[in-house]
Amino acid sequence: MIAYNSGEDKIRPDNFIFEVIPMSLLIKNGRVIDPSQNIDDTLDVLVERGKVKEIGKGVKAPAGTETIDAKGCYVTPGLIDMHVHLRDPGLEYKEDIVSGTMAAAAGGFTSVVCMPNTSPVNDNKTVTTYIIAKAKAEGAVNVFPIGAITKGSKGESLAEMGELKEAGCVAVSDDGHPVANAELMRRALEYAKGMGIMLISHAEEKALVGEGVMNEGFAATELGLKGIPWAAEDVATARDVYLAEFTGSPVHIAHVSTKGALRIIRNAKARGVKVTCETAPHYFSLTDDAVRGYETNAKMNPPLRSADDVTAVKAALKDGTIDAIATDHAPHHLDEKDIEFNLALNGIIGLETSLPLSLKLVEEKVLTLPALVEKMSVNPAKILDIGRGTLKAGAVADITVIDPKAEWIVDPDKLASKSKNSPWLGQKMKGAAAYTIVAGKVVYKK
Amino acid sequence: MGFKHKDIIALRDLTKEEILLLLDTAENMREINSRDIKKVPTLRGKTIINLFYEASTRTRTSFEIAAKRLSADAVNISPSTSSATKGETLLDTAKNLMAMKPDIIVMRHAISGSHYFLAKRLPCSIINAGDGAHEHPSQGLLDMLTMRDRFGRLDGLKVAIVGDVTHSRVARSNIQGLTKMGSHVFLAGPPTMIPTGAEQLGNVTVCKDMNEAIDGADVVMMLRIQLERQGKTLLPTLKEYSRYYGLNPENLKLAKKDAMVMHPGPINRGVELSSYVADGDQSHVMKQVENGVAVRMAMLYHVSGGELVE
Repeated sequence: MIAYNSGEDKIRPDNFIFEVIPMSLLIKNGRVIDPSQNIDDTLDVLVERGKVKEIGKGVKAPAGTETIDAKGCYVTPGLIDMHVHLRDPGLEYKEDIVSGTMAAAAGGFTSVVCMPNTSPVNDNKTVTTYIIAKAKAEGAVNVFPIGAITKGSKGESLAEMGELKEAGCVAVSDDGHPVANAELMRRALEYAKGMGIMLISHAEEKALVGEGVMNEGFAATELGLKGIPWAAEDVATARDVYLAEFTGSPVHIAHVSTKGALRIIRNAKARGVKVTCETAPHYFSLTDDAVRGYETNAKMNPPLRSADDVTAVKAALKDGTIDAIATDHAPHHLDEKDIEFNLALNGIIGLETSLPLSLKLVEEKVLTLPALVEKMSVNPAKILDIGRGTLKAGAVADITVIDPKAEWIVDPDKLASKSKNSPWLGQKMKGAAAYTIVAGKVVYKK
Repeated sequence: MGFKHKDIIALRDLTKEEILLLLDTAENMREINSRDIKKVPTLRGKTIINLFYEASTRTRTSFEIAAKRLSADAVNISPSTSSATKGETLLDTAKNLMAMKPDIIVMRHAISGSHYFLAKRLPCSIINAGDGAHEHPSQGLLDMLTMRDRFGRLDGLKVAIVGDVTHSRVARSNIQGLTKMGSHVFLAGPPTMIPTGAEQLGNVTVCKDMNEAIDGADVVMMLRIQLERQGKTLLPTLKEYSRYYGLNPENLKLAKKDAMVMHPGPINRGVELSSYVADGDQSHVMKQVENGVAVRMAMLYHVSGGELVE
């Protein structure tokens, strides 16, 4: 325990520290894993004035340097969640920038990238500027907004991507409201390329989803719930991958959940299409059997899939088809989840459980530790070009210190998020952020 | 042997023995229904609410008569007069009803699983009178009772179920119950109406056409085709449906001689069932309705903690 929060400092509840930036900070004896420099060794990391100063053995720190003993811990470039919903502005009863970034900090994330489906939609610089300003003033971690592809995410006409980028958006997406018109998607990809901004596709053919509420399969048949076929995702993924190939524009496919979509992306990558993709922890941790009992905290979009798909997601993580792990953190109020299954809203919170669920992949030998750090930090930073995801000397000192052995229970009362819609409530987790450090400042300690 | 469940929501949740117990009790209840004075004091002082979010004539009336024959007080609430249209949630409605201390809520609801949602939160018994495309356990039980009346057993029967299985709670309850009791279920319908993984539901065979399903069947159960549910994408016209998936005197000959013809009602005459068959000697449709009251009496009786009446 270190005492950055000295007596007179304003202290946030629990473990969140927002005050006092130390001149220098030394993180000693941790296993430093930085794939951006091919580092995986027991080393010390010295931070000065918010930047990484030096990495090495027995690093000498100036007098008065705060020290963190990271023995037994992993020290990695700050984790980045490239797909979250902060619900701010407009839906603050579910989450806001303060609670959302506190959840991020508690989960070990130093940066979150937030989707534009707020109210109003982030399709203009006013909303973008508001998000960035509020995050800077009150947020616990870095917030990078995503703007809309189309005005109001209505799928009718392009949003002002140039203005959005200038205001600080790092990508565009109509997440949750996929662009249905293929011609408009083609133009969006071309236009985004011209503006040098990444387009993130929520690949879903809504006509095939229809009134479906869970994966189409045996569980849905037995439960008498309307199914969403995997083809709804595959068809849309194929369209957007082919449009990316045709236009020569890069595209990032969000929350991939099916075997078929992964095959399409793998083949496209092999022939040089500029496509990247992410999956979410629930798609490699749960199957559609989790819905049994009409469990609304297992209702999300895309839906939890079959065991076959889970196997395919793991294989794609392993062979590098999947570039990133992102949570699709989707907070919803109890009133929106504690109701009949068909009426419950889609989505689960993910920021505070992503790290232990992803660490399991290392235990299961799906990923090496450096590969995991790539998918949770290095690659998201590269895909979005946000200058993070590295501990190179001179880089912004966003650092996560991970205690892989920490065991804890997902207790709804202890979650930092305003919402508690997690399928893992009451369950035991292994692995946690010991320290979350943003620009050299500890913003969270376990 | 007593009945251990507070609620009856799905035949999937019951064991073979529990299903047998309900059928045996129903047989005893049938005797009451044939008396001059069709009333016993068994559930006197019990309050039963029939909460029907979907329209129903047969099932609701049947549950109401069942309650009255057992001397329970039954109250009917239907959607047009309820608070549902005022935006009250199901849970709030149920909590308000609960405050009036009913012993049993019999509910029909369009959303699959709604009954589990309530049963977890309310202390009274919940009986499912149909939820979405999930189950309709009283229908499954009355169908099985009708088959047992005819064959004296439920094991080893070949039962064909023809129609929109995907959207049918009747089909699901029959499949769950019949396969548990040892019957073999053969499904037929346009592939647009056969759910994914149907074979995994038990001893179930999905047939390539209707003839294959009814060939040598002991029972042919026709499902109601509901254009309002199926919309335009699942079938071209009722005329074509009737031609390929309708039961008529001609294709009925493929089934065993004297095979039972069943239908949960209401029948679309000339669509899934020709009138010659619906009103013919092999039709057991009215027998099904008659058994419905007895089965529902048995369900009300057992969730109230009743022992088997000898």
